[in-house]
Amino acid sequence: MTVLPRTAAKTDRERTTRAAWLIGLGIVLLILPKLIYPVLALDILAWGLFAVAFDLLFGFSGLLSFGHAAFWGSSAYVTAYLLGHGQSVPVAILGGVLSALALAVPVAFLSVRSSGIYFSMITLAFAQMVSFLALQWTDLTGGENGLQGFARPSFLGLDFSDSTTRYYVCLALFTIGFYVAYRTVRSPFGQAQQAVRDNEPRSQSIGFDPARFKFTAFLISATLAGLAGAMYAFGHGVVSLEVVNWRTSGEVVMMTLLGGTTTLFGPVIGAGLVLLLRDVLTTANLPVGIVTGVVFVLVVLFFRRGVVGTVQYWMRRR
Amino acid sequence: MNTQLLLIQVFNGLVNGAFYALLSLGLAVIFGMLRIVNFAHGALYMLGAFVAFALGQAFGLGFWPSLILAPLIVGLIGVVLERTLLSRLYGLEPSYNLLLTFGLTLLTQDLVKQVMLSQYAVSSAPYTPPEALSGVVNLGFVVFPKYRLFVIALSVVICLITWFVIEKTRVGAIIRASTENPGVTRAFGIDVGKWVTGVFGVGVGLAGLAGVLAAPIYSVEPYMGSELIITTFAVVVIGGMGSILGSVVTGFAVGVLAAVGSALYPPIANTLVFILMALVLLVRPSGLFGLPEGAR
Repeated sequence: MTVLPRTAAKTDRERTTRAAWLIGLGIVLLILPKLIYPVLALDILAWGLFAVAFDLLFGFSGLLSFGHAAFWGSSAYVTAYLLGHGQSVPVAILGGVLSALALAVPVAFLSVRSSGIYFSMITLAFAQMVSFLALQWTDLTGGENGLQGFARPSFLGLDFSDSTTRYYVCLALFTIGFYVAYRTVRSPFGQAQQAVRDNEPRSQSIGFDPARFKFTAFLISATLAGLAGAMYAFGHGVVSLEVVNWRTSGEVVMMTLLGGTTTLFGPVIGAGLVLLLRDVLTTANLPVGIVTGVVFVLVVLFFRRGVVGTVQYWMRRR
Repeated sequence: MNTQLLLIQVFNGLVNGAFYALLSLGLAVIFGMLRIVNFAHGALYMLGAFVAFALGQAFGLGFWPSLILAPLIVGLIGVVLERTLLSRLYGLEPSYNLLLTFGLTLLTQDLVKQVMLSQYAVSSAPYTPPEALSGVVNLGFVVFPKYRLFVIALSVVICLITWFVIEKTRVGAIIRASTENPGVTRAFGIDVGKWVTGVFGVGVGLAGLAGVLAAPIYSVEPYMGSELIITTFAVVVIGGMGSILGSVVTGFAVGVLAAVGSALYPPIANTLVFILMALVLLVRPSGLFGLPEGAR
């Protein structure tokens, strides 16, 4: 049998490939604020982690959440609110993350009982509930005006008025979040999660409870989306209704697809590409919606593996 | 609160309900027959209103010809979309249809916005109802705009016709057969692909019709479908996906409930439908009129 050694060699190569991606991504992220302006770089980190969180659910559990803006947005609001009410940066970010987790518990409980397209529509509807709440609960969210001009008091001698400092703080948070996602996927839990995704009846027959795995995966994903949302609020110093809009939920899907689902690196690269594209379009005064819409359609039609997925596919075929 | 005010709210709720019903009916027909979740439905509704507006600007066409022409044009656009784009995704997970049509939504909204800005120098334009329908009707117990009554009536008629065609006629039988067992249906010499395209066109045409009807009430602007489509999705989930009766009944019911609810406690207006959805899901995950997921 020649199969076994080849498989072994393949996993070896896969490990090397993964290390290469990791080092490459690490280097790019370390020097990113030198290449583009720091706030855009910060955006890439926040959206990148958001997309990783989304992919944890979509790619690894097969659940297409079309309402992830709810967790990203509620965390962003809570973080901004806490900062505006005199809390320190770590407390505010932690508060944001916990609020996303707290919100995720009932939403996950109600939505993981459905699958496929039902799941998508239910998550979308819950996100819309959050969005209307954000519009009306003006004491917390500032309604149409959003929250802006909130303080970001220095902490441990770090001056957060400097956007490069904020970038590196976010890079640290991003690394933690990415590591959590990475560990989750590579753990026995992650393997079971993928087994449930690939064949639910069979996974059930060997003793897994699919609903429980989906529920836990949902909570982890929502919490990471919350961390990303907190980074966004902290990084920008402005939170508006856009963070809970359904377009935000759609955009994170697009970033993940463009980069490549089930790759973890892909979503970050997808986020980077979308944000850079948007930056170029806005600077050149081109219609953003038309171009992103076309890109989205083309990706769904012809490029479902995404950037990283395609590269991996080529390497595997070699 | 006095009865008069409540009645007016109920009527306004029925008007909103008419739009929910027409849109979710189109979604139900498309999903029930094609297993496509058409996220672009809201954008196509907006396109219906926009086409009516553009026909008026370019050719001086009034409301009545537009009421016929705009849904036809939108339906035709739907046919082209189905043939060129959506048909490439059959056999894949339905989520890809959702994603594709989401992309189309972004595209359509911005395209219409650009056209409106460059051609008409506006991003939102009023659309006047036809003269025959302007003014109010005194119903004895309440005075109500004529045009809104017309919207309710027409919507009910259209829903009844659609239900009748699908459930009671030979055409409906062919459509149902094509989706339940395409292989056998094809063996009877029926071109399933053509029927599927036709059904999509009709479903989308319904959205276009709703758009023309909405133009005099809400005025024409590129994002008029974007919030509506989300509520419509909730209506579809409550009613049971793919159920024609469910979508129509729930559409009107949600419209009225939301209107009455908002009269009693205004801040709840837009959230009520989603609270309702959460409650229904707790009790019946497949919706009020839907079959359990496995039963399909």
